[in-house]
Amino acid sequence: MQAEHLEVLDFLRPYPPFRELPDEELERLAAVVEVGYFKHGSQILEYNQHVKDLHVVRSGAVEVLTRTGELHNRLSEGGFFGEGGLLRNGRVRYPVTALEDSLIYFIPGKEFSRLYDEYEEFADAVEIEDRERLKRTVSRTRKASDLMTATIASLVSREPVTISCNNTVREAAELMTAEDISSLLVHNNNADLPVGIITDKDLRRRVLAVGLSDQTPVSDIMTEGLVFVESHQRIFEAMLIMLRRNVRHLPVVNKKKTIGVLSISDLVHYESKSSLFVVSNIFKQNTVEELVCLVDDVRGSFIRLVEEDANSRMIGSAMAVIGRSFKQRLLELAEEKLGPAPVPYCFLALGSMARGEQLIVTDQDNALVLSDRFVPELHDDYFRELAQFVCDGLDACGYPYCTGNIMATNLQWRQPLAKWKKYFSDWIDNPCPESLLHSSIFFDLEGVWGRTDYADMLNDLIRKRAKRSKRFLACMARNALNRTPPLGFFKSFVMEKDGKHNNSINTKRRGTAPLADLIRVHALAVGSKRRNSFARLEDIHEANILPKGRAADLRDALEFISMVRIRHQALALQRGDEPNNNVAPDELSDFERNNLKDAFQILSNSQKFLRFQYPMGLS
Amino acid sequence: MFYLDKDKVKPHVCEGELDEELLESINDWRGRYEELERKARDPRLKRFYAAGIASAETPIRDVPLLSLDFETTGLDPARHGIVSVGCMPMTLSRINHSVAKFWVTKPRRALLDSSVVIHGITHTQIENAPDFNDIVDELLEEMAGRVMVVHYRGIERAFFHEALKNRLGEGIEFPVIDTMELEARLHRYQSRSIWRRFRGVRPVSIRLADSRKRYNLPWYRPHDAVIDALSAAELLQAQIAHHYSPETPIHDLWV
Repeated sequence: MQAEHLEVLDFLRPYPPFRELPDEELERLAAVVEVGYFKHGSQILEYNQHVKDLHVVRSGAVEVLTRTGELHNRLSEGGFFGEGGLLRNGRVRYPVTALEDSLIYFIPGKEFSRLYDEYEEFADAVEIEDRERLKRTVSRTRKASDLMTATIASLVSREPVTISCNNTVREAAELMTAEDISSLLVHNNNADLPVGIITDKDLRRRVLAVGLSDQTPVSDIMTEGLVFVESHQRIFEAMLIMLRRNVRHLPVVNKKKTIGVLSISDLVHYESKSSLFVVSNIFKQNTVEELVCLVDDVRGSFIRLVEEDANSRMIGSAMAVIGRSFKQRLLELAEEKLGPAPVPYCFLALGSMARGEQLIVTDQDNALVLSDRFVPELHDDYFRELAQFVCDGLDACGYPYCTGNIMATNLQWRQPLAKWKKYFSDWIDNPCPESLLHSSIFFDLEGVWGRTDYADMLNDLIRKRAKRSKRFLACMARNALNRTPPLGFFKSFVMEKDGKHNNSINTKRRGTAPLADLIRVHALAVGSKRRNSFARLEDIHEANILPKGRAADLRDALEFISMVRIRHQALALQRGDEPNNNVAPDELSDFERNNLKDAFQILSNSQKFLRFQYPMGLS
Repeated sequence: MFYLDKDKVKPHVCEGELDEELLESINDWRGRYEELERKARDPRLKRFYAAGIASAETPIRDVPLLSLDFETTGLDPARHGIVSVGCMPMTLSRINHSVAKFWVTKPRRALLDSSVVIHGITHTQIENAPDFNDIVDELLEEMAGRVMVVHYRGIERAFFHEALKNRLGEGIEFPVIDTMELEARLHRYQSRSIWRRFRGVRPVSIRLADSRKRYNLPWYRPHDAVIDALSAAELLQAQIAHHYSPETPIHDLWV
């Protein structure tokens, strides 16, 4: 072994995939390496050029771009590229330029391919890298098109294929085969919009498996009650609709015409598979014990969303949908066990879940709204048991009991609709310290099961009355000032406004919660129908009640603090620790510290403004 | 650029110490090789010169190069000897490190303990090593047709010349690109102005390791002939990328 090979060998040894190789292979590899220097900004690989070597960054950094010039990846010392071309057709898929002055080691493609074939671990390590990059690509693409702003129209690739409801299933199958598609929209000849959909699965399950004739009309087996989306809606919304309704196909409508069908697989590229699949899995479990087994998957999908650079709104929504699905499945199981409910009811989600801002550390806040036909002596045994079953189940599935006892198991929060209307009217008309404590939880409510129109009625009531009650709003405003952010950071401490130092900061209590409180007050004041804080900010911005730019500032502050909190929890999960909300300044980069400080400042200024808008005298 | 009267160079071909200044004034190395081929007596040297060399106007991107490094027992070719030789072929775009060559040779003059420390080659290794004469064949084969790349031209050319003169009675001449000199062009000639000296601005270091750092090249263990050859090779690629161009004619670079 020559000394200069040793230099190369020592360099390669610690990096994947090379660290998977035995010493003799590494030595062999070190001896065949060739070298080239690339000045900052120069092109190392061009799209579609022949690639003969695996490239390893010895020093410097390179940027891998997509064909259209968007950033795909950045690699520094030890990073490798060109493997995609080597493993496929020998042509460069992603052009690479030198981001810094870089020294590149070339490993002949022949050697690389031999190692790839002979050493499974080596191949796996190459693939893992590849997957990670792909994941990054997905998140970059998403950024480029922006999941939050890109419309469904951008995903519709072909005109929908339709069939009349009078046609036979055999004709449907022939058409699907001819067009090479897995679903057909069904129209009846009068309506503009399709009336149903049939899929491969329907043909299997509803025709073949039950021995129906192939002459059965399509209308007999189609799925009705289609959920439509508008082509201008966002991809993100489509994803949430699929999650919520548990459907796999959404016909896309533009100007009252169906222009295509969005399927779950179209979205898989945009959204972590896992949260979609976790939801569909929840509905496949038949016992609480089976549901408990999904907790790890929930955590995994949370981590994956974070890794995929999803923003906090998306993560919050996905986690809320998962949480709601647990509730829904538990209620289905409860009804199986206890029999059908004696009177109609609505199960409420409250607080962060209702706002679509749920994270991984969250206790359960829920309530039951019962039909006004409810007679306690006759019916409450049923609902008490139902509530107990669901709350116990939620606790087992990682949503611990609410320490404030805001749960359907509490008789106070298991009441008929009329009683609930009275609760809200009282809270609004006669605000007192205790009721105000409840308001930050109860005023964000969502019906997740049963008669969700009860929840809609309560929301309507809140929206109409709160807006008119200056006194209530003033009390809510004062309440929203109870929790304040710190001033910033100093060395490894959190610096409080009074100069005191703390070792860590509760990012929920000192950041996201007071922000949500503050946003809620403004949202109630402008009569916003929405519950999500980001959505509320959009309405607040529209209503023009804040100084110019403040709504956007608040949005950025909420996003940044939420993401710090989310990343902190994801890291804890990855380490195998129990996640919490307490972030120590040592965990933060300078960049994060500076941005957090700015975010706290925005919150603090907005709180001052709120105090000015709702002077104490009024309360 | 002026062309030297060939007669004036002649005395230095075979005898006496290598006159660096005269070599540096040679521009037309192709013509010089033709002349040396005629004059050389040793068949190996004749073959070497006969392989020719790039014409002065050839752009650097098309010139076959050989990065070359000698480790020696000291700095004076007359008193010190060669203990190891490392080289690897290269072009402007790629260094063929995989076909690098390395030899340990037995210097005719004693190995000083202090130089053992520097290049890590021990007395025992040297005892069993061949004489430089035995590697000349192979080394000349590597060098044939290529312009040599060195960091500090005072060593390889002078020691090679001296070693051959002692063994064959005739020396050797070849063009080199000196990465240290390229670095000096950038930092020494401009930056050592009277004003800067007056202000006490320290000159920029043009040693191999320091120069490499300026181009974001990694640190390598120095004083191994092949690693040093690799170091100089990478440095040249960096220098051309930053301060010249692939089209730069070789006569702007070689000396």
